Amino acid sequence: MSRRRTERLVNLVICLLSTRRFLTAAQIARTVPGYEHDESDPKSHEAFQRMFERDKAELRELGVPVETGTTSVFDTEPGYRIAERDYALPDIHLAPDEAAAVGLAARLWQSAGLASAASSALLKLRAAGIDVDPHATLGVEPVVAGEPAVDVLLAAARARRAVRFDYRGSHDDRPVTRNLQPWGVVSWHGRWYVVGHDTDRNAQRCFRLSRVAGTVKAVGREDVYSPPENPDLLATVAALESGRPERGEATVRVRRGAAAGLRRGATSVVDGSGDDPDSPAGWDVATVRYRDPDSLARRLAGYGSDVVVTGPPEVRDAVIHHLRAVAEVAR
Amino acid sequence: MSGTDRLGRLLAVVPYLLVRPGIRVADAAADLGVTEAQLRDDLQLLFLCGLPGYGPGDLIDMVLDEETVTITFDAGISRPLRLTADEALALVVALRALAEVPGMGAGGALERALAKLESAAGDAAAEARRVTVQMDPGGERLTVVRGAIDRGRALRITYYTAARDATTERVVDPIRVLLVEGRTYLEAWCRRAEAVRRFRLDRIDAATELAEPAAPPAGAGGGDVTGGIFQPEPGDPTVTLRLDRRARWVTEYYPCETVEEQPDGNIVVTLRTGDLGWARRLVLGLGADAEVLSPTELALSVRSAARTALKYYSN
Repeated sequence: MSRRRTERLVNLVICLLSTRRFLTAAQIARTVPGYEHDESDPKSHEAFQRMFERDKAELRELGVPVETGTTSVFDTEPGYRIAERDYALPDIHLAPDEAAAVGLAARLWQSAGLASAASSALLKLRAAGIDVDPHATLGVEPVVAGEPAVDVLLAAARARRAVRFDYRGSHDDRPVTRNLQPWGVVSWHGRWYVVGHDTDRNAQRCFRLSRVAGTVKAVGREDVYSPPENPDLLATVAALESGRPERGEATVRVRRGAAAGLRRGATSVVDGSGDDPDSPAGWDVATVRYRDPDSLARRLAGYGSDVVVTGPPEVRDAVIHHLRAVAEVAR
Repeated sequence: MSGTDRLGRLLAVVPYLLVRPGIRVADAAADLGVTEAQLRDDLQLLFLCGLPGYGPGDLIDMVLDEETVTITFDAGISRPLRLTADEALALVVALRALAEVPGMGAGGALERALAKLESAAGDAAAEARRVTVQMDPGGERLTVVRGAIDRGRALRITYYTAARDATTERVVDPIRVLLVEGRTYLEAWCRRAEAVRRFRLDRIDAATELAEPAAPPAGAGGGDVTGGIFQPEPGDPTVTLRLDRRARWVTEYYPCETVEEQPDGNIVVTLRTGDLGWARRLVLGLGADAEVLSPTELALSVRSAARTALKYYSN
């Protein structure tokens, strides 16, 4: 934006804030520096109107509440003004520990859009007389990872605009195009998700953003749907991630002193050295609960000959299957 | 910087200076996140703006010298603009997320700040329901760790190191707690390693606060974590794997240096690890879904480990 335009816009804000009456475009043109033109020349007048439209749009984009209306019933042309009560940030006073909390909160975001929104919010709070220490800490330094799609999704959710993206499911890795009316985004235990209405499946759906292949694109017009009043975004994500119910218990022999990670998660570990006279080093017997036999089997196979599965067969067979696959790689 | 940013800043600069008469220009610039030259240029522009009439007495006025600035006439922009929906959202959601972390609400500063912001933001705060953040703060372990930090005491911890699959005991001098990518870490000076280490709270199996004071060396810790918590050492070996598309989850769970999609649907990834034992456990568990491309040493050890293990199942 040119310096001249910036100056004109500041003057426009001051002018509209200072008036109680609605000022017509013509009155503004005769008042605010930068809008001077020959009203009798259609070309010049048209150029002014375009400039004024752009300026109003710019101010509204910035969040300046430019009101349109008429002061009396005799006015034939609408005018403009800014009401101080709609423009100004209400009085806000923060105690030093509250200001520190706000400073810490502002540092949470790494996503470009949210980070810049947080820093412009801080600028306004500082302008309201609050001193925010940019290095304040409450003993905890939190950072939420950035995810480029978040900004696109938030903008779409706010504009009530649909989005389209290619998505890899957890079972089938081939990307499939999905169409979604986004309601909001969730950062759950460090991962970003979008929740909304899937228009192809005609149902509520939740997608993990790390599985989006390529970029998320907003498509079509704005205001094409209304999201539920208070969707429980978190519950939707938690339901997706809670996984399967517990399925069983596996019994495994663990070489003494080995497989610390497995021992940590075991429900019990007992001395089992008496079971195996061939192994003087000694074995312990661990009991491990599992939800998914295959993912437990992969973990157990990782320990190689430090862990030997006794049962059940669904786990034991899966371990053997994985070990064979590795042992039999042709070279 | 875009023009809209500058316009927004100009509208904030006047009320900012108004409540801080006589502030040093350099201090104001630092606070507003611009250079002193930029702020002085902003002030020159504001001198040209004011109320209709635009004569002396209508224009924004200030006393500006080499050092300080004092606004003497604000032309009606005495308050900052309201928060936009996005601005309110960024702060409200972050405060809500932090308030969920045990021990963070101590004294209620977060809740009080949140209530005041929500009230000042008005309708704009409603947009905040479009974003939810839930971190995994590490449960009761966090209480012990934060207690030690608050009292400046050393900690004895039992810690599980996943890379080496080993549990060790060590005495550490706590520095701070980090909540990064949904996980909680204790950053501390480790007396055993004689270096700064970051300990995942969910891998601290036991923690006892000691009577002796924490004494991390001056300047230890406090580094930037925005690039992620896992920073491989320069000398760490690189492992290259060919993954079947079924094993794509590996790219989501472990920090891969490179991920290359192959025309046949396979994925070639490179990872850095301080311990090849970790890579061996990963590859053994992946079974048919992974093939070690390098180092050869890893490929051989994986195969021999699998063959040895199979002997235990042969009867």
